[in-house]
This record gives sequence, C-alpha cells and structure tokens, in this order.
Amino acid sequence: MIDRRLFTHFDWTLFGIVLSLASIGILNLYSATYRGDVAGTPLYLKQILWLAIGLAAMITVAFIEYRFYSDFAYLFYSISLILLVVVLGYGIITSGAQRWVRIGSISFQPSEFVKLSFIVAMARFFRRPPGREGYSLRDLPLPFLLLILPMGLILKQPNLGTSIIILLIFCSILVFVRVRWKTLLTMALAGGAIVPLSWNFLKDYQKRRIITFFNPDLDPLGAGYHLIQSKIAVGSGGIIGKGFMNGTQCRLGFLPEQQTDFVFSALGEEWGLIGSLVVVGLYFGLILWGLRIALQSKDRFGAILSFGVVAMLFWHIFINIGMVLGMMPVVGIPLPLLSYGGSFMLSTLIGMGFLLNVSMRRFLF
Amino acid sequence: MMELNTQRMEDFKARQKYLVAFVGIAFLLIFGHLWYLQVIKGSEYRRLSENNRIRIRENPADRGMLLDRRGRVLAHNRPSFEVFLVPEDLKTNPEVLTRVSEMLDLDPEEIRNRVEGPKRRPAFQPVKIRSDIDWNELARLEFNRVHLPGLIVDVRPRRTYNYGDLASHLIGYLGEMDESELKQTKDFQYRMGVLVGKYGVEHRWEADLKGVDGGRQIEVDTLGRESRPLRSVDPVPGNNLILTIDLDLQRVAEEAFQDKSGALVAMDPRNGRILAMVSKPSFDPNLFAKSISPQEWKSLMENPRHPLQNRVIQGQYPPGSVFKIITAIAGLESGIITPNTQITCTGVYPYGNRDFRCWKEGGHGTVSLHRALVESCDIFFYQVGLKVGVDLIARYANEFGLGRPTGIYLAHEKPGIVPSTSWKKKRSGAPWYSGETLSLAVGQGYISTTPLQLVMLISAIANGGRFYLPQVVERVENVYGTVLEEYPPIEKGRADVSEETLRIVREALMGAVNEPHGTGWACALSEVKVAGKTGTAQVITLPQNFKKGDMDRMPLKFRDHAWFVAFAPFEAPRISIAVLVEHGGFGATAAAPIAKKVIEKYLSIESESAPKIAGRTVESKLHD
Repeated sequence: MIDRRLFTHFDWTLFGIVLSLASIGILNLYSATYRGDVAGTPLYLKQILWLAIGLAAMITVAFIEYRFYSDFAYLFYSISLILLVVVLGYGIITSGAQRWVRIGSISFQPSEFVKLSFIVAMARFFRRPPGREGYSLRDLPLPFLLLILPMGLILKQPNLGTSIIILLIFCSILVFVRVRWKTLLTMALAGGAIVPLSWNFLKDYQKRRIITFFNPDLDPLGAGYHLIQSKIAVGSGGIIGKGFMNGTQCRLGFLPEQQTDFVFSALGEEWGLIGSLVVVGLYFGLILWGLRIALQSKDRFGAILSFGVVAMLFWHIFINIGMVLGMMPVVGIPLPLLSYGGSFMLSTLIGMGFLLNVSMRRFLF
Repeated sequence: MMELNTQRMEDFKARQKYLVAFVGIAFLLIFGHLWYLQVIKGSEYRRLSENNRIRIRENPADRGMLLDRRGRVLAHNRPSFEVFLVPEDLKTNPEVLTRVSEMLDLDPEEIRNRVEGPKRRPAFQPVKIRSDIDWNELARLEFNRVHLPGLIVDVRPRRTYNYGDLASHLIGYLGEMDESELKQTKDFQYRMGVLVGKYGVEHRWEADLKGVDGGRQIEVDTLGRESRPLRSVDPVPGNNLILTIDLDLQRVAEEAFQDKSGALVAMDPRNGRILAMVSKPSFDPNLFAKSISPQEWKSLMENPRHPLQNRVIQGQYPPGSVFKIITAIAGLESGIITPNTQITCTGVYPYGNRDFRCWKEGGHGTVSLHRALVESCDIFFYQVGLKVGVDLIARYANEFGLGRPTGIYLAHEKPGIVPSTSWKKKRSGAPWYSGETLSLAVGQGYISTTPLQLVMLISAIANGGRFYLPQVVERVENVYGTVLEEYPPIEKGRADVSEETLRIVREALMGAVNEPHGTGWACALSEVKVAGKTGTAQVITLPQNFKKGDMDRMPLKFRDHAWFVAFAPFEAPRISIAVLVEHGGFGATAAAPIAKKVIEKYLSIESESAPKIAGRTVESKLHD
C-alpha cells in the first residue's frame, strides 16, 4: 500500500521546521517550569512523551492516502461532536471550565480534535467546485451548520479561545475557496449587525467579561496584571536575552500560565530579540511552506485540507504571540509546538501529518 | 475511494498573493512589537524586572450579614488584623522572620514551614502567618514596621456570629476552599484558601453573600514596602439575608433543651416560613471563621453525639405515635372506620405468635377514634392498621409528604422511609408480614421521618391539608437595604384528604392536649387552645416482659426518643412545631414542655408587636 516513491517525496523541510520548533519548545519548557526538586514527573518530560506520541501519529497520518480522510470526513466530524457532548455531560471541571474527558488514566480535550475534524469536513464539502462566480449563500447552509454545532458546544464549556480559532478557520477557508465577494460582504455585514444586537441580551457580568477581554487594563488585578508582567518579561529580555534558565520573571512566578498560554514570554525573556526572531522566523517559514503545499496540491480536497491546517496554525501563532506582546486581547490560546499540553501537541502534529501527506503526494496523483 | 477533484484549482492560485501579503503583514506586526518591547523599551522593562515592583494586594469583600426576621444581626463581619510575610523579601532579610516570631510569640519553625510551603506559589505572594492579632501585637509590629521589610499587616473582614452556637445548623459555617472544590467551581473569583460557606445558609446562599473582592495593584520599594498605588478596584460587599427565624423564639427554644440532644422546628403553617430551627448538640460557627484547628475539627467530627448534624433535616427517627394521625386518616378516608367505630383495648393484642401491647397497662377499655387519639391507644390503631393494610397507610403517608425530602433549600436533607410491600420487596426481597403492619400503624419499625417532615405534616393538618415549601430566608437585600430578591410562600400542593377527616383529626389533637387523660397535657396553655400529638419512638425492640418503669434504668442510648408535634391557636393556627428529644423517654413528659415554652413565647411575641399584627387581623376579618 505504501508507495516507495512516497519516501523520495517526503517533505524534509516541513519535518525539519516542526522538529526544530518542538525541540526549542522542550528546552524552553524545561527552563520555564524548572522548580528545583519538586516531586512528580517534570512537565518537560511529559511533553517529550507527548511529542513522541505526536510524531508517531503524524507519520501514521501522513502515510495513509488522504482520500481516506475525505471518505470518512463526516464520520470523524460526528465522532468528535459526540465527544464534545460527552465533555459537557461528564467532563472534568478545571479552573472554571469543563473541557476535559477522562478515559482510563488519560484525559484529553476533545475541542482540540474538533478543530481537525472540522477542517477535514470543510475540505470534504468544498471538494465539490463552485459555479462560475464562486460559491453563493445558497451553497453554504451545511458549512454553517458544521461551524455552529462545535462552536456552540465549545463556547458552552466555556472555551472562548478555541471557539474563536474555529470561527477564524471557517472564515479563512471561505476566503480561500472563493465565495462570491458579494456573499462575503453580506455575511460580514450580517455578522456586524448581530454583534451589537446580541449585546443587549447579555447579562451584566458577561458584558464586563467581554469588555475586560478587549481592554485588560480594566481588570488590573487579573488580566491587566498578567499582561503587564508578560510585557515586562519580554521587554526585559532586550536584544540578547537574560540567558537560559535566567529569566527572573519566570522563575519568581510573575508570569501567569508560563507553561501554556504565556510560554512565549518566557522565551522572550531568556533569549531576547534574537531568540524570539528565530522562533517567529521558523513559524513564518512554516506558514509559507504550508501555503506552498496547499497551492501545489493536485486536487481540491488536498488543497483545502492543507490550507485549513495552515490557517489553524497561523491564527494560533498570531493571536498567542499578539496576546503575549500586548497587541491582542487576552484569549486563552496556546502556541503550537511551544506550549505545554498533550492534546494540543497531538492535534498540532496530526495537522502536520495532513500537511506532510498532501505534500508528498503532489507528484503522485 | 472517491475520485480526485481537480476542477477550479485556479481559484486557489488566485488567492496566493493576497494570502502571502496578509501573513507577511501579520508577522511584520509581531516583529515590530518585539522590536518596540525589547529594543526601544528594553532597558525600561529590564529595570522593572530587576526587582519586580508591581504587586497585587487583595482587598476582600465584606460578606453579607445574616439577620433575623425582625432585622437583628445574627452574623456580620468585624475587622481583623492579619499578618503576612512575603517569602521573596525574607531571602534578603532572613532575620525578619525570627523577629516577627518573637513579637507574635510564634514558633519560628512553624512560620518557616508556612512561608516555604508549596513550591509553585509565586515568591512575591504574601503568606498569611497569623490572623486576628490583638492591639498590643499590632502596636508592636507597627512600631517596628520600618525594620521589618517583607512584613504586611492588613485589615480583613472576619466573620462573627453574635450569638455563638445559636441556630448554628441553620446558619452553617465557613471553611477554606479546598482544591477539589476549586476545581469544581465555575467562578473565577475563588482561589485556594478563600473562606466560603460550607454548610447551612452560609453555604446555600454563598453566591448572594460573598460579594466581589477588590484589590490594589501597587508598586513597592526595594524593601517590599508599598510606595505607590497604581490602580485599584473597590470591593463590592455581599448582600444581606433576612432569615425567617425569630431571634427571641430561637433563643427560648435552644434554652428549653438544656443539655439534651434533639431537634426542634417551628413553622408558620400559613406560609411555610421556619420560625425556629434547633438541633442539639450544636457547635460554635465562630470556630470555623478563624480557620478551625485540626484538633477542634476532630473533636467535632468524632463526638458521638454528632454536633455537626442538623437533626431537623438529617435526623431520621421512627415517628412513634405521631404516626397514628396518618393511620387514622387512612382509616377514615378509606371508609374502613368511621368516627364511631369502637374497639376494645385490654392492654394486650395477641397477633400471630406474639403479644402486641398497649403502652397503658390494663388497657383503655372500649374507645372510638377520638379517644384513641386523645389517649394514644395502641390497640385501637393496631386493629385499624390491620384492616387498612400497609399500602394504604403508605399512600396517605406519602400524601402528607413523608418518605421524600420536603425540598427545603438546605443541603443534605434526608428523605426518611415510608415502608410498603413493594419497598420491602425491593429492599430485602422478602414479602411484607402482617405483623409488621401493626408496628407501622403506631409509627414503629421500618418507618422513619425527619422533624421537618413531621412539622410539615402537622402544618398540613392545621392548614386544611395545604403544604408550603419550608423556607428559611425571607428576602435578600443589598447593603443599602434595597430588596433584591423576595421569597414568597410557595404552595407545593394539597393532601387529597377531605375537610371532614381533617376536622375530626384536629378535634382529637386538641383533645389530646386539653381533655382529661390526654397525652399532651403538658403543652396545655391557659390563654389559647393548643392541639398536639405525643410520640415515643423505640430505639430497640423491647423484651416481652418489659415494664413501663424499667425505662429509667436503661442505659441512655437505648432509651426511647420523645416526640411532640403541635399547632396553635386551635381556631386559627399561626405556629406549628415538631420537637424531638433523643432518648428522652415519653413524648408527654420530655418533648411537650419544650413545645409549650416555644408556643407560649411565640404568641407573646406576636401580641407585643401588636400594631402590625393587629392591622393584619383586622384586614383578614374584613375579608372573612
């Protein structure tokens, strides 16, 4: 089943970028979470384990012909949706949100995998080409349904970050597959109208939460404080950084969630502008390379699938780093390959598997 | 597998330059920001990070007060001075720790353990080492403040219960939020170690009481002293609760118990409001408010008399003769007996291979329903029970709310048990024996009820069969006295029993208190007519040859529980009450006098606050 030519076409560039970023991630995590002799498995070791599992999953995903995913797209989608329902019913509540499902001794976040199954389902739908002018509103009820179901369930957890990512993936794919400009414009206007209307239906505390989300300064004891500390961390790194294991912000516990959402501030503090640019550069390369894969794909499904994955990566990277640097609202979105988290590492690497998959088949089909 | 679809691939290519441009701009923005933070502002941020000066000081909200129905404060907050140390500041000035320990007379090792506590805590987060210091200690610390970098003395609200253990089970207590609760909560305000309501009203109305914490973002100098406030958020105090209980009545009820164990609940049968709720022994919730010591907690938990249990809703006891009310109703409603049905009591009723006895040696002679209830004749109800049968009795018990929680808004309410043939089948697989019906008819055996259920029962009798949801909070007000939420009476339903039956039962219960030979004589009042029923719940099965006088020689834990339920005034009931005295012996002698004191007090309170009440009676008379 596995064609020997696949090996000759294996995308070593992509693989190399992924591996470099993941290695930097482990190193950074080691420093960010170092606490001396604390009992229990250190986070970086767990992350290495997840990386190993993720790489295995990535290779597996890459070598299964991607038309298989197309055939079972809606099945995958349904399963992941069921998992989301299970989370709301039986999920574990941690720090105020119900996001995790436990199976045996392993717990994972179904919302992470929904992102992927959503992309696959969208690719499956837009596999059918549009009319001459592009897709019109009449073609789109199903994609909207595909979007709204998981988004609603994830918002209910509540997990604002992941819902936003799914929405952004959706919008990105619509732009990519060529929906008529008029249709896009109508949707943008409708969306713009719904937002102020629904504002009136929100309760006071919900409004407050959203306002502080866009203006963290209004919450000086929570998000605002975190943001200041994060900026101090990155800024104090200067050009060359304070050096590995020398980040005071990080070591003294001023950084919130330094192993997950704010892991980039630890990097900025210890490695400075130079280190930050290396990582940002690698991400930039990853995105451009991914776009190249999407555009060189020989068929619609492969192109949309890989584009969806690129969009997912891009929004994660842009929003997370933007948040850490204080140019974006404080949303809980992790940074691919750098943030700690098993489900997230796994879903990111499976996404990379899709990219590798499409990439190495561009000459075969 | 499906065929590849390669149509309209040019659509994608057309997007290429826009996408690349978009991504390029996004990364350029990131680069620009990095440059701004790390190069342009780099040295400024470096200085800020060198000795990170920006800290958070908490300013917790005042918890809402608890007041009685006439606005007297039961629980409030008083300022308490708390001492904190900042672990990171101690590293540069280790001698501060020993000096503070001397001034507060604390073991330095203990402080060190606290400060070094969990490793993952941010090093600049203050650690509380002592709360509620007195004025001398405060003066000593403040005087030396300059030489004690890393020391913070802060005023925090401390929960205080004005009357100690008064109504402690209703009020409840606070405790530190633990890790598992923290994981369960969806509220972001809570942190580990924060005091939250754990029991009683404090627990159930937590959301109303807690308020919103505030705090300050401040800059401190190199010695950890506050130099400049940056931003602050004012705390929003929690809302006050006006409870339905009456402080004076509660006090009388508590005192009437002396040192006995038991429970009392008094309710206004017209609306379900709880007027007094006593569970003895009780505990002092002030112990919990200052973070209870492990020894204190252990002694409360392991006390064989279970002071932490709210017997009113959690204690399940056989109702004893109080249950004869149900048996009588079942008999009348099914038409199996009439008010004139006569049965002869000789003191013993042989059934199967056993002699079932009446509590009165020698028997009551020939009695009808009225006398049987007044004198609480067992033999009469054995026979009625046999004729009616277990399932019909169970039906009427359920009709009056027994066997399921009343729905009072307090945690851990128990449902009690109403046995039936199907219940027994499910529980043990065994069939129901008719001998067990005899026990059930007089409220012994499998059946169990909570004091709250019995007060609901007697209220319904007093009130034409109507049930009101028992409520303990009348309304919620904010600190300015604006009413935020009111809890109006909620009628939960009506027992499907004829008015005539209820009238017969009421008359008999009035007789039980006021007629000669009535068992409830100890609750008789001169001014008003009280109606009531005694009950004695067996703790163990007594031997056949057991004599009445033997009870006093039994070890306490085997003695019977004493019950008394009542309502008053007979003509227009305004209070209903259930009293249980654990191992008190006879209901007539142990429980009825307690009920009497409470009813008497309540009626005198009502006539004292006459203007309001008078207005009401006039009004109701007009409507009548």
